[in-house]
Amino acid sequence: MDKIKIRKGLDIHIEGEATKQLEKFEPKFCALKPTDFIGVLPKLHVAEGDDVKIGSVLFHDKNNEKIVFTSPISGKVKAIVRGEKRAILAVIVENDGKNESIDFSSVDNLIDRMLQSGIWPMLRQRPFATIANPDDKPKHIYVSMFDTAPLAPDYDFIIENQNDALAKGIDVLSKLTDGNVYVNVCRDARPCVSTNAKNVVVTEFSGPHPAGNVGTQINAISPINKGEVVWYCYPQDVIAIGKLFLTGRYDSTRIIATTGSAVKNPHYYQTRIGADITPILNIDDNARVISGNVLTGTKITDNSFLCYHDSQVTVIPEGNKYKMFGWLKPVFKRFTDTNTNGDTRPYIMTGQFERVFPFDIYPMQLIKACLIKDIEQMEELGIYEVDAEDFALCEVIDPSKTPIQQIIREGLEFIRKETC
Amino acid sequence: MGLRNNIDKIKPNFEEGGKFAKFHSTFEAFETFLYTPNRVTTNGAHIRNYVDMKRSLIYVVFALIPCFLFGTWNIGYQHFLSVGESVTFWQTFGYGLLKIIPLYIVSYIVGLAIEFIFAEIRHEEVNEGYFVTGFLIPLIMPVDVPLWMLAIAVAFAVIIGKEVFGGSGMNVVNPALLARAFLFFSYPSKMTGDNVWIAEKADAYSGATPLGTIFNGGSVNDLPSLADLFIGTIPGSVGETSKIAILIGGIFLIITGIASLRIIISTFIGAIAMTLVFNVLGTNPAMEVPFYYQIMMGGFLFGTFFMATDPVTAAQTNIGKWVYGFLIGAIAILIRVANPGYPEGMMLSILLMNVFAPLIDWCVVACNIRKRKKRWAAAERSDK
Repeated sequence: MDKIKIRKGLDIHIEGEATKQLEKFEPKFCALKPTDFIGVLPKLHVAEGDDVKIGSVLFHDKNNEKIVFTSPISGKVKAIVRGEKRAILAVIVENDGKNESIDFSSVDNLIDRMLQSGIWPMLRQRPFATIANPDDKPKHIYVSMFDTAPLAPDYDFIIENQNDALAKGIDVLSKLTDGNVYVNVCRDARPCVSTNAKNVVVTEFSGPHPAGNVGTQINAISPINKGEVVWYCYPQDVIAIGKLFLTGRYDSTRIIATTGSAVKNPHYYQTRIGADITPILNIDDNARVISGNVLTGTKITDNSFLCYHDSQVTVIPEGNKYKMFGWLKPVFKRFTDTNTNGDTRPYIMTGQFERVFPFDIYPMQLIKACLIKDIEQMEELGIYEVDAEDFALCEVIDPSKTPIQQIIREGLEFIRKETC
Repeated sequence: MGLRNNIDKIKPNFEEGGKFAKFHSTFEAFETFLYTPNRVTTNGAHIRNYVDMKRSLIYVVFALIPCFLFGTWNIGYQHFLSVGESVTFWQTFGYGLLKIIPLYIVSYIVGLAIEFIFAEIRHEEVNEGYFVTGFLIPLIMPVDVPLWMLAIAVAFAVIIGKEVFGGSGMNVVNPALLARAFLFFSYPSKMTGDNVWIAEKADAYSGATPLGTIFNGGSVNDLPSLADLFIGTIPGSVGETSKIAILIGGIFLIITGIASLRIIISTFIGAIAMTLVFNVLGTNPAMEVPFYYQIMMGGFLFGTFFMATDPVTAAQTNIGKWVYGFLIGAIAILIRVANPGYPEGMMLSILLMNVFAPLIDWCVVACNIRKRKKRWAAAERSDK
């Protein structure tokens, strides 16, 4: 087993780690949000009031009709939420508790079965972090078996007793690429992968966050060159893929960790993809609910529906308070709320990003290339090797308080739209 | 809180459409000086570190305080030494304060006025950059510099050195050094020689700085002792004489991560290497000065810790910083030794390297790009 040590980065310790205690929570509502996927243009297959089963198609992507999105629960379509210009924001399904599901075991082709069951969107590609294109042959597939983000769920705990499904899932992935499936584990992790496939490579990573980010791992193993595509997914996705081939059915179960200082008794819940988690959070008004972690997660308002890819919910206090001479005061406790701790300024300090950015890339230069939308410069500086989330730590420590992840995302989207 | 309520009450006047909308930037500057804003993150990372630009830059001002205090005392000490009076500590310090406070008033009023005007014109928030520049400028001036000259120098440095490039973060050369260089070339008689370094000096007393002594043909034996140089009881620009004070501030900057240790170390290496080369060649007293004297004399240490490390004008890449610092140290000694007309080589060397810093970075980044393109080419070959 190869061992790779990540030297640069930052472990952020904040209050509210989930205790290893699992509770079952069957949500009353689930929502599938097209906005969870980059570049998806939804075309509806259902109307309000329609009956659906687990695995019934809710909508497909107009850019690629083969990619469909299916219901994680059985019941009735309760609402179709629309935003500006009637864009579909969410399809909400009400749970009837019957758990009726469609059997896909008659579909023999590997890729077709994944596509039809609606499990395919779990596979994403780099660059751009869009849903994998089923017609591509990826150079490699990467699975990070651990998460180093603040208050991240412990995947050893989540995977417990699901080793068969995990092994089957890895086996399936290994047939999707002519390259390798890289399964990246952290030091001290329990051995979790038993497979006969020859092209599965287990690599051990250590070091501070972002050692657990798949982007960091890709870069350490084999950086993406211009024109190449790699795929990646998360451990619970692999388990869902495995179960699809063991049982023939789409298993939308998802174990999530509730975390953060504004959560009472943070622990793990077994729930569904896209679950409405309002009942389990029970939080006061001035708190922010984040699907995901505090670095890259999505702020969720009104209806607290879990985002598609997330295995974690974080709730922290909002920081909408003035602090007298706050820029002068000594600070004893960092990262307690959402205050920006200062205003946006031009870039003045240098060398700060490099301390937390474990890529062979000049972060400041790449950020500036994205700001001026110079595609050639972005390419030369390594835009294909990164995604917005890889810059999360830079954004956290940036004394100029600029929206770095958004800048990188816009740079990537600019290239994607210009070139695809 | 009463103050907060009052601010909130008058705030609408300064917003778009308000009575005083023209002064929005000014209001904002004062408001955020008193209170860090209640702004919260929107997307991306939901938490942010506590360090912002105000805090980063105020750290630099903190780091300069030992230099300021010692410099103030030394103004009085040098004056009373030259006239031969013996006075108490507080008289000495008080004399220094009377001399230095006008310099600060002029520096901040002129500099900040220009900053505020430009911020209002651009509809931007006022940048904190001038806090540091304004604090630095009096420290690198001779104490008796006429106030009108200081005012012109500040205006020149802020407008031509900074604002025309787009303000803080966009300037090519260090504005504080530019102010000094401006006076150095425009009014040399007030900036060099033996008569400018001591306030109201008695005529008979020699007011030569160590650098001046050496480059007027003196040898190491004519210099003050190393201890005097280290403690700083010598004539010179206000803030640069005490090496102890500089080190205290410098170490603070290194610990807080504001100043780049790479630049500091490489500047020392460059200076020492260049001095050793001259020592070997050694044909005149200036070439024979040992490196520990070179480091202790003039503005070398002050420049290394507070000027070369200015993040905006220094090289930005980590490798570039090594090159940049090394060249600053080496060129500073080269100018000192080879050109007696300009004894203060450190200022000129830093300004020169400020101009070359973007080129150094360009080369460093180009290497990274070449490596990446090689990898692309190799990947393409293996595909075929």
